[in-house]
Amino acid sequence: MKLTVDQDKCCGAGACVLSAPEVFDQRDEDGIVTLLTSEPAPEQHAAVHEAAAVCPTAAIHVTETD
Amino acid sequence: MTDQAERSYAPPSLQLPLSGDTALDPPAEWEELRARCPVAHATLPSGDTAVYLTRYDDVRALLSDPRFVRPTERDNAARVAPEGMGGAAVTGSAAVSIPDRGAPHQRWRRRVGRYFTAKRMTALRPGMTRLAEDLIDAMLADGAPADLRASLGFPFPVYVICDLLGVPAEDRERFSHWSDSFLSVTRYTADEIRTAQQEFVAYMSGHVAAKRAEPADDLLSTLIAESETEVGEGSEGSDGGGLSHDELVATGMGLLVAGHETTANMIGKMVSMLLCDRSRWERLLADPSLVRSAVEESLRFDTNLGFGLRRYIGEDVEIGGHVVPAGSTVVCSMPAANRDERAFDGADTMDLARTPNPHLTFGVGPHSCLGQALARTELQVVLETLLTRVPTLRLAVPADELRRTEGLLVGGLREVPVRW
Repeated sequence: MKLTVDQDKCCGAGACVLSAPEVFDQRDEDGIVTLLTSEPAPEQHAAVHEAAAVCPTAAIHVTETD
Repeated sequence: MTDQAERSYAPPSLQLPLSGDTALDPPAEWEELRARCPVAHATLPSGDTAVYLTRYDDVRALLSDPRFVRPTERDNAARVAPEGMGGAAVTGSAAVSIPDRGAPHQRWRRRVGRYFTAKRMTALRPGMTRLAEDLIDAMLADGAPADLRASLGFPFPVYVICDLLGVPAEDRERFSHWSDSFLSVTRYTADEIRTAQQEFVAYMSGHVAAKRAEPADDLLSTLIAESETEVGEGSEGSDGGGLSHDELVATGMGLLVAGHETTANMIGKMVSMLLCDRSRWERLLADPSLVRSAVEESLRFDTNLGFGLRRYIGEDVEIGGHVVPAGSTVVCSMPAANRDERAFDGADTMDLARTPNPHLTFGVGPHSCLGQALARTELQVVLETLLTRVPTLRLAVPADELRRTEGLLVGGLREVPVRW
């Protein structure tokens, strides 16, 4: 799995961090999403898919690599 | 469903807000509208007409469209409330001046949003848990039956937001009245609203001035400190630098109102939905790891969310195959969309383990609820604490006797009678 986020779209809702705190974070200065890893471990995949599904601005993009 | 069939169905005199047979039931019209008339015309309490959306995809697409925002007095939009009865949140009056669109909105949003990150809200959890325990202990000490709304649902989020803003929770009776008048659709007269609005602005203006003189460790003090260092550097107020005095006042008012009714109502509705079919409560007792998804499902399943979000359509837009002309006002029913079978399997079943749960209760797009991580954390803490402290909790009246709050932009229950 390969993960990217669109920081321009992000509205700082934090739903991704609540779903997958090992993968997503928010910048202290404005609450915008950052990635802790762009290649999450397999045990994180379900939480990452959830984060992408619940993101209010569809700012999370998941590419399946294999 | 063919276009022909949709056109042949004209709902007779659709009047908003719609309501179900009981406080927790969805209005019967939603299913019919989603199936046969997803772009309907409805009459608002003012008598003006708006376009009413009930399908998930349509609501999601419109709320995500950055061209369209909540109407203000400047727009020639349909009015919700009858003349004089609408509070500032309903009329979009200029008395509150948070930048509401475009780049200035995004700038405001990021400046304030940093205080509501998931990590910050998680850090508040231990304090929230102690507060919930104290309120529940007091409720238990007073004995059954109790009104869970008055004992817990209302004070809990109010204490939390007062603490964040650094305003004294002892003033909560006044805040509560100001908040209700801010959200009035038909509850208050023009005079009552004007007075409340003036008092609220004067109070918050004084509070901002006091924080400027004596900063403390709270959100407003921090925003003020930032604004003082930055206003001179940008052009003015909303354009380049920090927040102006009026913007700080509006921010304080907006956050206080947002932290008042919405989560307070949701606590009462969540507990009622979980107790009205007590197998739901028992499932959570057996598996508390479901608290997080149960909170999301309660948010999805709630039928009693109030009006829905409004958008002013400044240019023609196609919605679900229909052209909605420029100048229209659209009311997006998030709870109707949350029950759309096209988006949720078994949409009319409350599934406490449902994941993912992309419900629209907080809105979507660039204007989706700023405080959603706070609301989620509060709801999780309240539910966890109730399950631990009062496992025998049950409703003290039949669910069909629960009474709705009426006359405000947001929906809730007037009281939540419980026993244990």
